[in-house]
Amino acid sequence: MVGQSALEDLIREAPPAPRIVPVGPPLGMLAELTHRCPLQCPYCSNPVQLLKAAGELSTQEWLRVFDEAAALGVLQVHLSGGEPTLRPDLEPFVERLATHGVYSNLITAGVTLTRDRVMALAGLGLDHLQLSVQSVREPMAERIGNYKGALAKKRELTGWVREAGLPLTINAPVHRHNIEETEEVIQFALDVGAERLEVANTQYYGWAALNKAALMPSYEQVIRQAGIVTEARARLKGILNIDYVTPDYYARYPKPCMGGWAKDALNVTPAGRVLPCHAAESLAGMRFETVQDMALGDIWYASESFNRFRGTDWMREPCQSCERKLVDFGGCRCQAFALTGDARATDPACILSPHHTSMKDTADALSASQAPEFTYRRIGRV
Amino acid sequence: MLSVPRERAIVSEESVPRLPRHVRMRLDPVRGRDVVLSPEKVFWPDAVSTEILQLCDGARSVGAIADVLAAEYNAPREVILFDVMEFVQEWSDNLLLKI
Repeated sequence: MVGQSALEDLIREAPPAPRIVPVGPPLGMLAELTHRCPLQCPYCSNPVQLLKAAGELSTQEWLRVFDEAAALGVLQVHLSGGEPTLRPDLEPFVERLATHGVYSNLITAGVTLTRDRVMALAGLGLDHLQLSVQSVREPMAERIGNYKGALAKKRELTGWVREAGLPLTINAPVHRHNIEETEEVIQFALDVGAERLEVANTQYYGWAALNKAALMPSYEQVIRQAGIVTEARARLKGILNIDYVTPDYYARYPKPCMGGWAKDALNVTPAGRVLPCHAAESLAGMRFETVQDMALGDIWYASESFNRFRGTDWMREPCQSCERKLVDFGGCRCQAFALTGDARATDPACILSPHHTSMKDTADALSASQAPEFTYRRIGRV
Repeated sequence: MLSVPRERAIVSEESVPRLPRHVRMRLDPVRGRDVVLSPEKVFWPDAVSTEILQLCDGARSVGAIADVLAAEYNAPREVILFDVMEFVQEWSDNLLLKI
């Protein structure tokens, strides 16, 4: 064990960071197959300008992207959306990923799958399924997703997933309307036999940013939730793994967004645009390459956008001299831009950001006010 | 109060560990290293961990795995057994091994 003063000495004596950070191959890829979705959740992090079906990449284009990704070193592909099961070519995608030995993860709202399709996908080599649960109380689930009978369908799906022998993660996006359900959600995950549960506090991008006032929980609610999760984690060791996505607006330090810009992961949008994170198109003035125009490997290693915030050279103070700069990489570029207008600024979730206090004040004020109506997520709505 | 339908698995010398279906170990041809893939997470086991995981084949017991390693490394069996049990318990707690 290193004492505090010794640790400070170590930090002081650390050699300066190399100017060029060696870039390794990406580990993971989020493939947003479509923006279409039967649910209309107001917390969705997809962009407000949603793509219509006609603009989506073709089957052959996606297959080529998966081939390029595997050759580049991608080990895990998350098939997402929108609702990825609305693509009738999901089966050949899963099959192709299995051929490459790439780990495939289907991220679904679960209301459009049939038993036959779950069995078929498992047979083709799907590795894992992640199911979103908006609420474990039927009326609230219907209100959030604006979809009748969603919860019953999700429960039914969990049975098919178990029957197919697939592992299951329950993803529970949390906001002021369901944060009091945390213990019920944990019980739901146990009851349906899930291996993992993600208690995911809403991240305010896209539609969620638009609905911030309708979604923001209070500080007291967040603290209560954190206590329940901590206790449940200890009680459920070896039984259910619980991941916790922290509520940025009440944090002391920012999340290490994507583990660093363009460090481990990339995202392909339904239109074929390649991004270092799924919200990156919100950064005004940045241009992102597409899989139609450039090879995935060239985009990863050589494109201007992927190198813009790579490593630490781009940082200003207080990030540049911060001992945490390789821990959280200055936080999230999209959140920094959204709240300060400057994509190079320190993420306001950090206590060292001059905008930190106003971020917390905003959250306190919004959560203390009556929640406005949801602006439901719809293609062509905004 | 949570009602918990399953129990945490506790390792013993008789446990027969194996990788569950959702955890896959493979050689990554791009990086030239063994990699363990699981939902949302990627692990890079060192040489000894890789060897233990390869011995977790659903046929050998923890005791038998310790026998193999003790012979190979010419080390006291009880030391190796302790290490193997600790490793298997940790991986089981993370739902990366079934025992």
